[in-house]
Amino acid sequence: MEHLKTQEGHAIERRGFIKKILQGCAALLFPGFLLAKTKKGRTKPWVLENGYNPAEHDWGMGININKCIGCGRCADACKRENNVPRAPFFFRTWVERYRIFENGKSLIDSPNGAINGFKFPADEKNIIRSFFVPKLCNHCDNPPCVQVCPVGATFKTADGVVLVDSNYCIGCRYCIQACPYGARFLDPRTRTAEKCTFCYHRIVKGKLPACVEVCPTQARVFGELKKKASPLVRFMRMNKIRVLKPSLNTEPKVYYANLDMEVR
Amino acid sequence: MKQWPLSNLWKKLPEQVRRLSILGIILVAFFLMIRSLLIPSDFGKFGHYRASAVEEIASLPMQYAGQMACVECHEETVTLKGKGYHKNVACEICHGPAAAHTRDPGSVKLTAPRGRGYCPICHEYLPSRPTGFPQIVSNSHNPMKPCISCHNPHDPKPPQTPKECSACHGEIAKTKSLSHHVYIPCTRCHNVPKGHKISPRKFLPTKPSTREFCGGCHAKGAAGEKGIPQVDLATHGKRYVCWQCHYPHLPEAH
Amino acid sequence: MEEIIRHLTPLLKEITGYIYPNEIELHWGILVVIYPYITGLVAGAFILASIVKIFNVKEVQPTYRISLLTALAFLIVAPLPLLAHLGHPEKSYEIFLTPNTSSAMAMFGFVYAWYLMAVLLLEIWFDYRKDIILWAKKETGFRKWLHKILSLFSVDVSERAIKFDKKAVKIITVIGIPSAFLLHGYVGFIFGSVKANPWWSSVLMPIVFLFSAIVSGIALILIIYMIVTPLRAKQIDMVCLNKLASYLFYVMIVDFSLEALDFMHRIYESEESIKILSQLVSGKLFVSLIVIQLLIGMLIPLGAIATVKIFDLPDELKKQIYFLSALLVQVGIFTTRWNVVIGGQLFSKSFSGLTAYKMTFFGMEGLLTSIGLLLLPFIILFVLFKILPPWDEARTAVK
Repeated sequence: MEHLKTQEGHAIERRGFIKKILQGCAALLFPGFLLAKTKKGRTKPWVLENGYNPAEHDWGMGININKCIGCGRCADACKRENNVPRAPFFFRTWVERYRIFENGKSLIDSPNGAINGFKFPADEKNIIRSFFVPKLCNHCDNPPCVQVCPVGATFKTADGVVLVDSNYCIGCRYCIQACPYGARFLDPRTRTAEKCTFCYHRIVKGKLPACVEVCPTQARVFGELKKKASPLVRFMRMNKIRVLKPSLNTEPKVYYANLDMEVR
Repeated sequence: MKQWPLSNLWKKLPEQVRRLSILGIILVAFFLMIRSLLIPSDFGKFGHYRASAVEEIASLPMQYAGQMACVECHEETVTLKGKGYHKNVACEICHGPAAAHTRDPGSVKLTAPRGRGYCPICHEYLPSRPTGFPQIVSNSHNPMKPCISCHNPHDPKPPQTPKECSACHGEIAKTKSLSHHVYIPCTRCHNVPKGHKISPRKFLPTKPSTREFCGGCHAKGAAGEKGIPQVDLATHGKRYVCWQCHYPHLPEAH
Repeated sequence: MEEIIRHLTPLLKEITGYIYPNEIELHWGILVVIYPYITGLVAGAFILASIVKIFNVKEVQPTYRISLLTALAFLIVAPLPLLAHLGHPEKSYEIFLTPNTSSAMAMFGFVYAWYLMAVLLLEIWFDYRKDIILWAKKETGFRKWLHKILSLFSVDVSERAIKFDKKAVKIITVIGIPSAFLLHGYVGFIFGSVKANPWWSSVLMPIVFLFSAIVSGIALILIIYMIVTPLRAKQIDMVCLNKLASYLFYVMIVDFSLEALDFMHRIYESEESIKILSQLVSGKLFVSLIVIQLLIGMLIPLGAIATVKIFDLPDELKKQIYFLSALLVQVGIFTTRWNVVIGGQLFSKSFSGLTAYKMTFFGMEGLLTSIGLLLLPFIILFVLFKILPPWDEARTAVK
C-alpha cells in the first residue's frame, strides 16, 4: 500500500512538471494560457449582496437515466423559470429519447425538446433497449466556451458555475461553436449567447434549480460536489457514473448514472 | 542634463521616423485613453469578467417557489400527498410556477390540470420508460373519463385493486401479446403474494428458478400441444438457465 | 423573434437523423465564409509582394505595388463581414478593451491591428514616401494637400533619407512575412482549435489555410494585373505573367498535397466522427467539395497551367488559360472556405444527424450584403490606384 502511494505521488509530480513545461511553451504564444490557470488562485473573498459566498460552494448535477420517465417537465419548467423563448430552437435543457433496435441501428429524437413529453412511437417493434437522457450545460471545469470568448462575457464563477454576461456579450457565437454539447444558443431577443445557469438566481438563495425542483422521479440530483454530505455526493457514492464526451477533457460537472454507449 | 541624450537621439532619427513616431504616440495615447474610459470599473475584479454580472444574474426573479412554500397554507393537501405515491412529485409540476402566487395568493391563482391530457405525459405507456413505472394505454383505459374522476392526484391509488397484471406491467403485457406465450397466464410462471397488489415493492412475485421449469413444456418428450419447440435439456446450453438467453415474455426461437 | 422562427421552422423538415435542438440555427453563415476568404487574399497578395522584395525577383516587379495596394484594400474590408455578423457590432470594441488572452478570436484583433498598422501601412508609406513628396510638389489643390497629409508633411528626399526608406521597406518585409503567416494561420487556428468540431479540429488547419491563402492571393493579383494593364492601354508583360502562373502552379501543388494529407489522415484514423463526416462529404457537401473545390477549383486549373508549361502555346492562348485558371482558382478557394465554415456546421455534434443552411437574400447576414462586401475592396482598390498610382510611369514622371 505504502509503495503504491509513492508511485502515485511521483506520477502526479511528473505530470505536473510536464504540464508546467507545456504551459510555459504555450504562454509564449498565448499569454492567456498561464493567466487562466492562475486566475482561480487569485480569487479574492467575495460575498454577494444576499450574503452568498461563491467560494464556499462547488455545484454539480447528477442524472440517473434509470429513473427518467421522459415527461419533459424539466425542459418545460426551465423555459418558464428562465424566460426562454418557447420556440423549438432554443433550449437550456432538453430530454432525448434513444431507441436501439435489434439490427444495431439507433433512433434518437427530442420533439420540441420534450417540453410536451413524448408520443408513443410508430416503430416500437424490435427495440432492444430504450431510455431517456436529459441534457443541459455540463458546467465544465475546463470549459471550451470560456476559453474562446473573445471579450470575457462568459466565465466560470468561484462556485464552478459557467455564466454568460448578456450585457457584455457581443454575439460572435464562437462559444456556441466551441461547446461540444450543443448547450448554447443565441437568444433572438437580445442577440447574445444564452445557456443553463444551474438556475444561479435560485441556488444563491438556497433553492434547487427549476428542473430538479419539478423532476417527479428524482432522476435529477443537485448539490455540492466537495462537501462531505450532499445529495450529489451520495449519488456519486451509490452509482457508477460517466460524463458526456470524456475524451474532450472538458471535465463536465453533470454526472450520469447508467448512461448508455449510444449517448453522445 | 538628463534630457540631453534623449533629445540628441531624437534629432539623430531620420526625419520620416520622427514624423511617424509622433503619429504612433498620438494613436497609442488615444487608444489608452479610450480604453481607460470604456472598460467597466468592476471588470477583472475576480476574474476576466464584469463582477456585477454575477450580481445581476443572481438577482433575477424566481418563478418556482419550491416545495417548502406550499405547506405553509395548504398543509392538509401536502400531508395527504406526503403519504401517497406522489410524495416526491412537487406541487408545481401540475400546478405550475407558484412564486407569484406565494407573494400574492389573493389575486394570482394557480390552475390544476383536470382533463385527460396532462397525466399521460408521465403515465402513458412508452417503451422507453423504466420498467415498474405505472403506465396505461390511454386509448383503452376508460377513454371517456377524466383521470381525476377515479384517481385522486394527491393520493393516487387505483379505485379498486386491479385484477389484470397489465394494469401496472403494461410494457411486459404489450411484449407478451406479440409472443408465442401470449395465452400463458402470468400466474403460470409467477406466484403472486397477496400483498403485491397493494404494496408492490414490498411483496414481490416469484420467478421460475430452474431449467426444469421451462422443460415442463420445452424438454424433449414433454406432454403438450403440437408445435411447441422442444430441446434435449441434457445437451442444450447446459451451462445456462433458460432466461439467460431467451426472454420468456418474447422468446425469439420460432 | 417572429422572423427567426419563420426562417428556422421550414429547416426542421430538412434535418436527417438527430441533431441537438439548439443546432437548428446555423450560426456562422456566408459572412464568416467571406471573412477568411478575404483575409486569405490579403495574406496571399502580401506574400507575393514580399517574394519580390526579399528574393529580389525582377520578373514580377510590376506587380509589387499592385500587390501591396490590393492587400491593403482587402485588409480594410476583412473585419467588416465579422462585424456585420456580430449580434452586437456596437460592442465590438470590447475585443480591444478586455481581450480574453486565451481566445483565438480576441488575439486575432491584435494580429490584425499589428498587421495593418505595423506592417502593411508602414511598408506602403516607406515605399511611396519619396513619390508622394514629389507628387505633392507638382500638384495643386486637393491632391496636393491629400498627398501632403499622406506624407505626414515629410519633405526630406535626400539620398540618405531615401536609402533609409529602402532599408525600412526591406526590414518591414522580413517582419511582414511571418506576420502574414500569422494573420492567416491565425484564421485557420480559429477553426482548427475548436476541439468540439471534428471537421475543423486539425493541426493542419492553419497551414492549409495559409497555403490556400497564398494560392488565392497570387491568382487575384494575376487577375487584377491582367484586367488593369489593358485598361491602361499597356502591354501585358508576358515574363511577369509566366512567373506569376508558375508561382500559382507550385503553391497549388503544395496546397493540394496538404489537403490530401489532411484527408487521408482523417480516413486512416477514422475516429468516432468518421461516419457522419463521410455522410456529409458524400451527400450535402459532394457538389461543393468534390466537384467545385477539388475538380473545378484545383485539378482543372492545375492541369491547364501544366499544359501551358509543357506545350509552348502562343501568348494570346496562354493569357486566356491563365486568366480562366485564376478565376477558377478564386471560385475554388471561395468554396474551400465555404466547405470549412458551412460544412463544419452541417453535421450535429451528436454525430447522428445532418442539418441544412438556408441563406437569406436581404438582411445583415444575407447574400446582398455579402456581394457588397466582396465588391467593396475593388472600389477601395480603385480609389487607392487613383491616390497612389502603382505604375512605373507615375514614378518616372516626376523624376
